Amino acid sequence: MNSKNKNTAAEMEEIEIIIGKIMRVGVLLATLFMLAGLLLLLITSNSGYPGKSFPTTIAAILSGLTEFKAFAFMMTGIFLLILTPFLRVVISVYAFYKEKDTLYVYITLTVLFILIISFLIGHH
Amino acid sequence: MINDVLLFFVIGLFAGTMGAILGLGGGIIITPIVTLAFGLDIKYAIGASIIAVIATSSGSTIAFLKDDVLNLRVAMFLEIATTIGAIVGAFLTGIIDPSFLYVIFGALLVFSSWNMYRKLRAGAEVFHSPQHNKLADKFKLNSSYYDKNLKKQINYQVDNIPTGLTIMFGAGIASGMLGIGSGAFKVMALDNAMKMPLKPASATSNLMMGVTATASATIYFFNGSIRPDIAVPLALGILVGAAIGSRIMQLLPARIIRGIFIPVLLYLGLQMILKGMGVIA
Repeated sequence: MNSKNKNTAAEMEEIEIIIGKIMRVGVLLATLFMLAGLLLLLITSNSGYPGKSFPTTIAAILSGLTEFKAFAFMMTGIFLLILTPFLRVVISVYAFYKEKDTLYVYITLTVLFILIISFLIGHH
Repeated sequence: MINDVLLFFVIGLFAGTMGAILGLGGGIIITPIVTLAFGLDIKYAIGASIIAVIATSSGSTIAFLKDDVLNLRVAMFLEIATTIGAIVGAFLTGIIDPSFLYVIFGALLVFSSWNMYRKLRAGAEVFHSPQHNKLADKFKLNSSYYDKNLKKQINYQVDNIPTGLTIMFGAGIASGMLGIGSGAFKVMALDNAMKMPLKPASATSNLMMGVTATASATIYFFNGSIRPDIAVPLALGILVGAAIGSRIMQLLPARIIRGIFIPVLLYLGLQMILKGMGVIA
């Protein structure tokens, strides 16, 4: 292995450590919300919403959180979980930038840009 | 209610473990169970599957990053193709008859299963380390990982990058249009075409499928396809399962993982072909 490869490997390790940390925080936070909601649901036997309905807008979920509604906590956890891969791409831009890997800053920014477009198309 | 919660948790545990080992989304396990055993609307089954993909991906990625099994550059580089493919796929919905695509993608998976079988028959896993590929050098895609089963560091080379990009684009179309095959086609591109060793291929597929799923997952979240009483116990089970699976995978001989892939890909492929021909729903 030549020295260029070694640098690449060491750089990669640092990037992976940064991304790993952030992902752990994201998944942990999502898990805490999901667990809290599930425990609330099992203890009170009350989802906080009539019948089989559940909140699907950010506003409804946030107001449900302030009223300690089980499904609001569970939906928050799911939403945070959905965001973790997106967060991973955002953090990667920063991590590659910090390691001065310009090529991969551009590649990751491209992925981020396409992702944002697909979000916009999806919600159109 | 507690029975259902426990049941979904156990299903998740199983799906997460298998998903992390193989780099597949777990939709093959989740969708049939949720629709057949629980008789739920397909809409909620799709919602549950997409959460399963993300939970498997994020859960296993934590361990694979820590142990340096996956290839972050390969993932980032190829994600350009999968994300564009997913958008194209979404636009093609309604223009191209999906049954035609089901047959083509299904046939590709059957072929991929056959390739896995041939590689298994050929004996030892081959690692292409010495030669250099210009594109792989340019994009710094070659890497190494520590194989806990062989107890040694393995340097590997990434090959056939244009083919890999093309398959990844197809994988994006498949998941954007049909909502399936998020992992299977990625493993196929990485292992079959780009000649990555099976373990980094599966770990990298795990990482990538989360990104492919995240955009469509928000759509399902806001249109009410994701039921919290199903998705939460399932996701919690999967996160635990993925943590276990991502550790088991590293200890398993690559031959065994390949052995599991053969029937799984064959089943997935045949299922898609039958669906495309209208034999099954």
